[in-house]
Amino acid sequence: MKYLEEFQDPELARRLLDDIHATVTRPWALMEVCGGQTHTIIRHGIDQLLPEQVELIHGPGCPVCVTPLEMIDKALEIASRPGVIFCSFGDMLRVPGTGRDLFTVRGEGGDVRVVYSPLDALRIAQQHPDKEVVFFGIGFETTAPPNAMTVYQARKLGIRNFSLLVSHVRVPPAIEAVMRSPSCRVQAFLAAGHVCSVMGVGEYPELAERHRVPIVVTGFEPLDILEGVRRTVRQLERGEHTVENAYARAVRPEGNQAARAMLADVFEVTDRSWRGIGVIPESGWRLSDRYRDYDAEHRFSVTGIKTLEPAACRSGEVLQGLLKPHQCEAFGTTCTPRSPLGATMVSSEGACAAYYLYRRLDVAPARLEASPVG
Amino acid sequence: MCLAVPGRVLEIEERDGTRMATVDFGGVVKEVCLEYLPDLRVGEYAIVHVGFALQRLDEQEALRTLALFADLGMLQEEFGDPWEAAANANGYPWHGDADGELAREARQ
Repeated sequence: MKYLEEFQDPELARRLLDDIHATVTRPWALMEVCGGQTHTIIRHGIDQLLPEQVELIHGPGCPVCVTPLEMIDKALEIASRPGVIFCSFGDMLRVPGTGRDLFTVRGEGGDVRVVYSPLDALRIAQQHPDKEVVFFGIGFETTAPPNAMTVYQARKLGIRNFSLLVSHVRVPPAIEAVMRSPSCRVQAFLAAGHVCSVMGVGEYPELAERHRVPIVVTGFEPLDILEGVRRTVRQLERGEHTVENAYARAVRPEGNQAARAMLADVFEVTDRSWRGIGVIPESGWRLSDRYRDYDAEHRFSVTGIKTLEPAACRSGEVLQGLLKPHQCEAFGTTCTPRSPLGATMVSSEGACAAYYLYRRLDVAPARLEASPVG
Repeated sequence: MCLAVPGRVLEIEERDGTRMATVDFGGVVKEVCLEYLPDLRVGEYAIVHVGFALQRLDEQEALRTLALFADLGMLQEEFGDPWEAAANANGYPWHGDADGELAREARQ
């Protein structure tokens, strides 16, 4: 347990680990959904501290990673146009589209700006009424409410030179897609804590019941992960499949109702394509009809852009837990953080980046044969 | 950008009819929208994501999480210069690895 002294409370960590070791009698495969959780696990070597029977599979919970290539290409197209100020979060700058990225577009003269908050982009629109200001709205249920509020504010303030390039995705349909895959080995989920702080836990009992999988809402600190694993393993060993909230200090059962109400007003559920995975039904949001004027895809007529993923990138398998990053032929050769093939390598929350950053090259070979799912 | 960061409310004001706050994230100060947590008060902590307060958090929990984020370099990632980070291959300390060396290690 060479990493244990790095925990904030090593004694509590040891007790949790002892309890997990004492509970496990059979092999179990758990998926952590959140990319932040993946980084905590790899950084602290949590997967190596757990009993050999407990395997952690990294899930599709990195918003940058799952943004589809065609949406990146639409962003690049819009950002290249004269008269446009294209605003984005910083972690999208190096995500490769077909042949280039936003960082390159800026180098070529495009007015690409990084903002901390979508409201910053709205302020830029107010300051530059002669320009079209576009904000790249990516992310899960945690990021969608801020973007919804920004569009709501734009409409309320009568700001017409602002629009949103929407690529929002929802976690529960992704869990559904993982469970429906014929190659699925996942037997339980550590649900993403911050997503649940907005959405609550109401979407999970039906999923847990239908697929007979325990779902434990989990934070992203090392002790949170251990507690999530402990509760999950306990359920699995008992043959239970309920929803538990192990992150009650930040997650209330009903979530943030004001944020959920704004989401329901500004967005409507739609099918979305996930990078490397493909279309997942009802897995995303688009602007509702009342806000359609603020949809950058329509305003800039880029709805027709369709792009194929590079065949060499196997990030879709990584995102579904079918392949460990270092098992990919391209890992560290044709795909590095300096020259990434796919977003799982460039994103700070991507599994490939985590393996590269923390030198996790000696992980025991995954106990599976990798094969893509449809 | 997936993770939310705890911060302490320093000041609250109305702007364009919107409830806004000045929030301290362990030394970095940002403007934060309180529309989703309108009853948050000066001195309280909340988890904040892309400039929006999403849930109240107690002080002990907030300080512990901030310390962890500082340790993991996540505060730098969230509030540092994104252009510099992008120019440095996402800001990671790659230790000047020659591409390919790592893959050889991986397969040995």
